Amino acid sequence: MEALREAEAELTVYVHPSNAADVRRAVSRQLSTTLFSYEDRFEGVLLAHEVVVNGDRAKILNGLVPYFGVPVHANLLLYSPQPDMILEGKVELLGKESIHAIVLGVFSAAIMADDINEKFKFKRKGDGGKFISRSDRHHVIRKGSMIRFSVKRVDTEMNCHITGSLLPPHTGSMPWLSTHDAEYASEISSGTRRPSNVGIKIKNEQDHKTSDNEDSVINSERPHKKSRKRAWEE
Amino acid sequence: MGAELRRDDMEVAEEDISDSQAFRFVEHVLQSVRMDPFQVDLRDKEEYDSLLSIVDSSKKRSYDDEALLVTTLKALSEAVSKIDIMYHHALLNNIFTMSIWYLNSDTRDALLSLITRLAAVADQFLRECLQMLVNNFTPPGSLTAFIGQPRWLARKKEIYSQLHESLRMISDTVPLAPRMLKDIIDRSMPKLFDNKAKMVSFVECMLGLDNDRMGDLIGALLLAKVVDLLTELDVNITWEDILQDEHNKGIFDMELEDLGEDEDSLGQEGTKALFGGNACAEKLDGLMVVFCEHLKSCKEHGRLPQEFDILKTIFRASVLRVHKSKFAQFIMFYACSLDPEICGLEFALFLSDIFIKKEEDSISRMSAVSYVGSYLSRARFISADTVVGILKRLVDWCVDYCDLQNNIRITTKPINHQIFYASCQAVMYILCFRLRSIMDYPNLKAQLFNMPFGYILTHPLEPLKVCLPSIVDEFLRQAKAARLFNASVHSEFEDALESDLSKTFGGMNRLDMFFPFDPYLLKESDRYMRPNFEYWSMVKTTYNNYNSDVDDELVDLDAPEMNVGSLDDHVEIDLNSDDDLEYSMNKMSITPNRSFFHQIMANSDTGLTMPARIRPSISPPS
Repeated sequence: MEALREAEAELTVYVHPSNAADVRRAVSRQLSTTLFSYEDRFEGVLLAHEVVVNGDRAKILNGLVPYFGVPVHANLLLYSPQPDMILEGKVELLGKESIHAIVLGVFSAAIMADDINEKFKFKRKGDGGKFISRSDRHHVIRKGSMIRFSVKRVDTEMNCHITGSLLPPHTGSMPWLSTHDAEYASEISSGTRRPSNVGIKIKNEQDHKTSDNEDSVINSERPHKKSRKRAWEE
Repeated sequence: MGAELRRDDMEVAEEDISDSQAFRFVEHVLQSVRMDPFQVDLRDKEEYDSLLSIVDSSKKRSYDDEALLVTTLKALSEAVSKIDIMYHHALLNNIFTMSIWYLNSDTRDALLSLITRLAAVADQFLRECLQMLVNNFTPPGSLTAFIGQPRWLARKKEIYSQLHESLRMISDTVPLAPRMLKDIIDRSMPKLFDNKAKMVSFVECMLGLDNDRMGDLIGALLLAKVVDLLTELDVNITWEDILQDEHNKGIFDMELEDLGEDEDSLGQEGTKALFGGNACAEKLDGLMVVFCEHLKSCKEHGRLPQEFDILKTIFRASVLRVHKSKFAQFIMFYACSLDPEICGLEFALFLSDIFIKKEEDSISRMSAVSYVGSYLSRARFISADTVVGILKRLVDWCVDYCDLQNNIRITTKPINHQIFYASCQAVMYILCFRLRSIMDYPNLKAQLFNMPFGYILTHPLEPLKVCLPSIVDEFLRQAKAARLFNASVHSEFEDALESDLSKTFGGMNRLDMFFPFDPYLLKESDRYMRPNFEYWSMVKTTYNNYNSDVDDELVDLDAPEMNVGSLDDHVEIDLNSDDDLEYSMNKMSITPNRSFFHQIMANSDTGLTMPARIRPSISPPS
């Protein structure tokens, strides 16, 4: 999927001394608190991380709080939808007004009536209903369908919620597209839809506070972040 | 024109075709005011205002008004893309401040359907939708007086179910919504001084979310929030402080004493103390009922093991280190009683693990061993072999500790060995309650009698001088009757006992007292604990078969109300303890050595004849 990408990052993770006995675990927990949240520094949502701790030396953070900074090299899997990308999702809810789909089982996308009606017509049936293409009545979208849609807008403030559109070409129900859309079919055959591997190197410092209680069952609130320095290298 | 159109809608509201007309009308109204307010046509403004009037949350509605509201809500559900967060602010405000408790079932369905749709639209309204749903966890203030009535109970259940369904649908449509819901519930939790009805209603609805998929997502948070609230209420119950000093004396006698000659004044004092903390105790009582019902529901749906794992973690974080919590910890007691073989055993192992681990801080370790001591003593559902198994873990640890101290050969202050003393006290406390029943199983008796109690208790660390005198006294009394020690050890214990009595007044470095599962005093939720709780008055001891006075007291104690009795006993203990002390002093001053020697002789005689005179157990009240 276009929205997925891998990235390498050089980070400094600040660890509270109470976790000094197991620094690797503390670093992992720090990064895990940012899972499924949009991060400006990554320009996307962190889905997975693999961390290598560089050496066994760390610098004490100046000031009143005795955190120590641990330099790490991280491989990150990021979800970064951009306008005009084509994404796939499963329809969770649909009505006359809108289609609501879930991307990767986690991220929500809404396609409103204005972005549907030119190509599809809604047919009500009981509590639910379905959308039928105006040009081909076999092109149907119903609850549970896998659909392909274009990204119209991304709301990074709210967990990367997407507003999508079905108006551009090569969008609609995936089963129908795979047999009726030559370009999509050939794309599937050649396997060119794999996520691109962008070798972005991000040098970044994060000020993460570790929860003092490692046994807490509740992830702590997003910690206060201080971004000191950012350098992009490609 | 506008007025006529509205009347037409009302007249034919039941027909589908009129629904379509209403939908188009609403869509048109929304579209027509979706611009700078100064550019809005006056007629369109009036139509929008009438729309606002229909959805006014503060308005009382007739039957027709409610029907019109249903149609309007359905129309709005079909036009969510036309709703603008800026230009339709008044309409949205009316929707989000609506209380579903006043609405009919159909109207609630329509409103909640609209909320679900709004939540799915580009996250613009997600937070407000979730907040609106959480605000409806509790009925409006004016309804709280009636919420307990049968008519409202059914309605309440239906409303809770509809709220849960809406939240589940939002969670399906926006999978990351539960994360936001966490924050909203956190900020909306009842506070310490909210009234009981609000607390109970909120927590009851909230715990209903802890099931299936929502439970997986936020169940742990929900439980943690409730336990925090329980704990906060618990530490704010102040009545027990007045009885704190008396509580330290006669730990076993206090449950046996009948009301005495100074009943009037003591009764008054007790009553006054009880009233002082009534509010927090009542709230805690109500919440304990809700929590226990939730646990029972988990058991019925086969989810208790998962729930118990979460509860253990929460207990470890929120309850274990609370200084002398009184009743909140009984949620663990009840959860274990629902599944004694798995959860019951697991809790005992969990606590003893915390105690044994060196990495744990000393406060947690001492608290854990106090908990396991109190738990194994009071939980009737725990089997004797489990008790012996845990005792062995504790005793083995004590032996290792004594060996370590022997190597060090340094005499230090008792405070440095408080973990050791806490474990000794727990072991003795358990045996006070369980020794007699353990001896009924020959193999368990053999295991128990092979444990090196003598070595531990006569160690230079002198635990018998540091642990609570009432426990030491009761323990030694039962141990001698059961011949738990070799005859050669008797003389050392005799000396210990004498020294102990002489130190009662000074209380040299006496170990702090904490028995978390002492008798449960909250009235409403008592029914969950009582069937599985071991009261001292019901405990068969190794000596009581030949003491008819004790039997008489046992019979008498079956009658009084335990809640009131326990409180009064707390007060009563003071005088009786003083009397006992005076009596002991008198005996000591007359002929101390000869007196103890005579006692040993008496014990030997009665011990020899004990098997033939064992009496059947008195069955506890059902």
